[in-house]
Amino acid sequence: MEFVAPVLNYTLLSPILILLGGALIGVLVEAFVSKALRPITQLSVTLGSLVLALVQVWRIHNESSTSAAMSSVTIDGPGLLLQASIIIISIISVFLIADTEQFTALAAALPGSDEERHALQTGNQVTEVYPLTLFAVSGMLVFPIASDLITLFVALEMLSLPLYLMAGLSRRRRLASQESALKYFLLGAFSSAFFLFGAAFIYGFASSVTFSGIHDAIANASGNDVFLLIGIAFLSVGLLFKVGAVPFHAWSPDVYQGAPTPVTAFMAAATKVAAFGAMLRIFYTAFANAEWSWTPMLSLIAIITMVFGSLVAIAQRDVKRMLAYSSIAHAGFLLSGVIALNKAGLDASIFYLFAYGVATVGGFAIVTLVRDAAGEVTDLNRWKGLGKRSPWVASSFAFFLLAFAGIPLTSGFIGKFSIFSAAYESGATGVVIAGVLSSAIAAFFYIRVIVLMFFTDPIEDGTSVEIPSSLTQLTIVISLLVTFVLGVFPAPLLNFITNLATFLR
Amino acid sequence: MNSLTLLMLLPLIGTAVIAALPKSNETLTKQVALATTVIVAAATIAMAVGFQRDNVDLQFVEKYSWIPSFGINFSLGIDGLSLVLILMSTVLAPIVVLAGWNEAHGGRWSVKVFYVLILVLETMMIGVFAATDVFLFYVIFEAMLIPVYFLIGGYGSGQRSAAAVKFLIYSLFGGLLMLGSIIALYVMSGAQGGHTFDLAALSQLQMTSTTQNVLFLGFFIAFAIKAPLWPLHTWLPDAAESATPGTSVLLLGVLDKVGTFGMIRYCLTLFPDASKTFTPLILVLSVISIIYGAFLAIGQKDLKRLIAFTSISHFGFITMGIFAMTSQGHSGATLYMFNHGFSTAALFLVGGWMISRRGSSTIADFGGLQRVTPVMAWSFFLAGMSSLALPGMSSFVSEFLVLVGTFTRYPVHAAIATFGIVLAALYILIPVQKALHGPTTPGNEELSDLNLREKIAIAPVIAIIVALGFYPSPLLNVINPASAHVIAQMGFTDPAPTNGDK
Repeated sequence: MEFVAPVLNYTLLSPILILLGGALIGVLVEAFVSKALRPITQLSVTLGSLVLALVQVWRIHNESSTSAAMSSVTIDGPGLLLQASIIIISIISVFLIADTEQFTALAAALPGSDEERHALQTGNQVTEVYPLTLFAVSGMLVFPIASDLITLFVALEMLSLPLYLMAGLSRRRRLASQESALKYFLLGAFSSAFFLFGAAFIYGFASSVTFSGIHDAIANASGNDVFLLIGIAFLSVGLLFKVGAVPFHAWSPDVYQGAPTPVTAFMAAATKVAAFGAMLRIFYTAFANAEWSWTPMLSLIAIITMVFGSLVAIAQRDVKRMLAYSSIAHAGFLLSGVIALNKAGLDASIFYLFAYGVATVGGFAIVTLVRDAAGEVTDLNRWKGLGKRSPWVASSFAFFLLAFAGIPLTSGFIGKFSIFSAAYESGATGVVIAGVLSSAIAAFFYIRVIVLMFFTDPIEDGTSVEIPSSLTQLTIVISLLVTFVLGVFPAPLLNFITNLATFLR
Repeated sequence: MNSLTLLMLLPLIGTAVIAALPKSNETLTKQVALATTVIVAAATIAMAVGFQRDNVDLQFVEKYSWIPSFGINFSLGIDGLSLVLILMSTVLAPIVVLAGWNEAHGGRWSVKVFYVLILVLETMMIGVFAATDVFLFYVIFEAMLIPVYFLIGGYGSGQRSAAAVKFLIYSLFGGLLMLGSIIALYVMSGAQGGHTFDLAALSQLQMTSTTQNVLFLGFFIAFAIKAPLWPLHTWLPDAAESATPGTSVLLLGVLDKVGTFGMIRYCLTLFPDASKTFTPLILVLSVISIIYGAFLAIGQKDLKRLIAFTSISHFGFITMGIFAMTSQGHSGATLYMFNHGFSTAALFLVGGWMISRRGSSTIADFGGLQRVTPVMAWSFFLAGMSSLALPGMSSFVSEFLVLVGTFTRYPVHAAIATFGIVLAALYILIPVQKALHGPTTPGNEELSDLNLREKIAIAPVIAIIVALGFYPSPLLNVINPASAHVIAQMGFTDPAPTNGDK
């Protein structure tokens, strides 16, 4: 067999390559730069490569090609929009990651061991979280543009493996953090296996792993339908696991709670964008013609996810777990954009993902600020009266909660409106009704937190609010601004998305 | 022509000024708030003078593109109905600020925050009545819950946070049902000639009667919670009991009117057939509200809850007038909305002064106020007479019109509703007798009468109540063409009056 040398379009791939380059430099920095200079060098390298990548995405935003890397990736409007969203969300998350207080000094040391204590005492803080972040981000950039199942799987692993590690890096409550990392890893490995199994079945059906090949095979009805159905089912398991949809959500509350909060912020926001991006592409391009094979299943999962997420969130007493269940509910809302299977659904999903991602990072940024002597305080009972002690922090958090609840004049409302109207337009009335009702349920627990913060008196137990570092402040201010501006003047971004977002098959 | 936008901006400018003031200077904050609301009221009155009364089209129309990809416009315009309600809101605002001069002091937060919330709310009150884009209306409808929520929860008394949450959850639930209907309208408009939220365009949509019924319910339940109609009223007494008197005036006087306003502007215009289908049910609910509200008002021991239940009874009259589908009924309902705003304001403000002086809101704690504080007692008496619709008071005209308008088409409902008037005499005269007359209850001897500020605040309210009682035509001239227009659009003609000497 003759070997065909791959033809790569380096310009179109440059955002990914820049980040990979940055990650490799980060590894070298970790090895060779002196202890004192390491954090600032790492931060600059990471931010620098993210900004460069963003600039590069902007420069190619009008281009599109199916052959940037043979037929493995498709560069098109939705892909680039999602990439830009992921990079922007990563930038504001990196501001939070820059808070080294949150991370263990030496991840390799056993919790509570002498080594760990020694590392802490000598201030020997390792900063491997930066290159890990960059590796994860580059995987996320590949995920929504991958246009064959193999690339999709590679991207899935590429974004997941660094995240498994990052979840275990917490300085406080290290055992819980490591436990969550292990859970995430084991369940993630399972779901990857399902994904791969599904990919094999799809190949069996279509004799092709490319999305266009699958699309053609479905259009020609040339393969064995059973293989297709099993393939879609297993593939969906892998993807639904990543977005945290019920019944594949079990990891998310534990991981959200156990992981260091900056990592949770990054993971909750960026992973969701990447995973939904991939889902949108595969269902909109590869499986579009087999609509009746998967929309009923996804509709059911969407309804269960919204209702379950909203209901269980009510019972949560921990702010990070509550946000985890809220993110499950939002995964359900986002699924209605996938089910819509129309242009409006695609536009709405991209808008929703960006708006939700930014607000999520902002919300978690606030969580990092509420602390006592032993680190972050995530018990909601101890958030009582926060509005009295630190009105600005509490008001910002309340604003993010209102955005999650979809109250008008926040980006969340525009997102919710656009995604539900797209779903309704496609005839998914049941999903929309479930969505509206679970929004009402969800509003209840968001408001309960606002009540806690503003309408109950503080208890004196040493909980205090950290004065935010300037980088954390930046994250919060950017998130607030984006959430507000997208709620009041969403037109420019909506138009931009509408003009750009068309999948290239 | 962008006078409506300017009107909406004025309170926001006041908000900005207040935000820039130092926290310590509370008097200045209040003065700025008062000045702003007075200017807004003056501007609205000027606008009302420039309003062409015989023109049934929307006036002061303006339209700016807001979110073009969804066909959403920032479009405003008013007809007689919205003008009357905006006028009521902006005239009540300075009265509330002046009357509740010291209301903000018992709150969780500073005086500054209180007036920022009030002024932001005023902007939204104007916007919600002036919006002619359904999306814009919805946005304001939902957004205005937030300042009210913080006003009740932050500055109220008693179980204030529970009451605030109850209010918010009820309203949000209704709002989300309405959102479902709005999404459906939007999608249908897309299928029938382009996405739009323009009220006039949406009212031309073709839909099956099932769709119309379902969508109607989405809107109607939201409005019935707001209004509030039995059995969706349970949040109101709690909210009114906990809120400060000023907030209660805005809540019952203005915000609840959004419900009845919405029934006319949105339910009837968008879903004329469904409105007819549900008319019998809604009329029954209205009559139940009238009687139920009145009976519960009689049984109340707490003055604020009593006023809340009288309002439920009054909102029953308004809803009945709307769905009687006659032009008198409609005019009466609209006038009722205006009058109810002022008579409830009078009751809540005077009641609030009584409560803050006595330190208790239990009716039994008062007694003999007529002797100790004659001006306050007389004010309360007049407010009460207005609430029971005594001839010569403004509410008599509107209640009469509603009953006449209903009787021509639904005599049985009107007849039962008339009992509401009898009960009204009870629920007003019992507290009047207990609180104002008889021997002075121990502990009341030292109560002080109304001071100058309070007299200035209550005087215009009573003046309006009495003046409109004798001479309602200035308002009716504005309302009648608008009501006749709605009824004509619905395809109704008024039944010929039954003539006795045929």
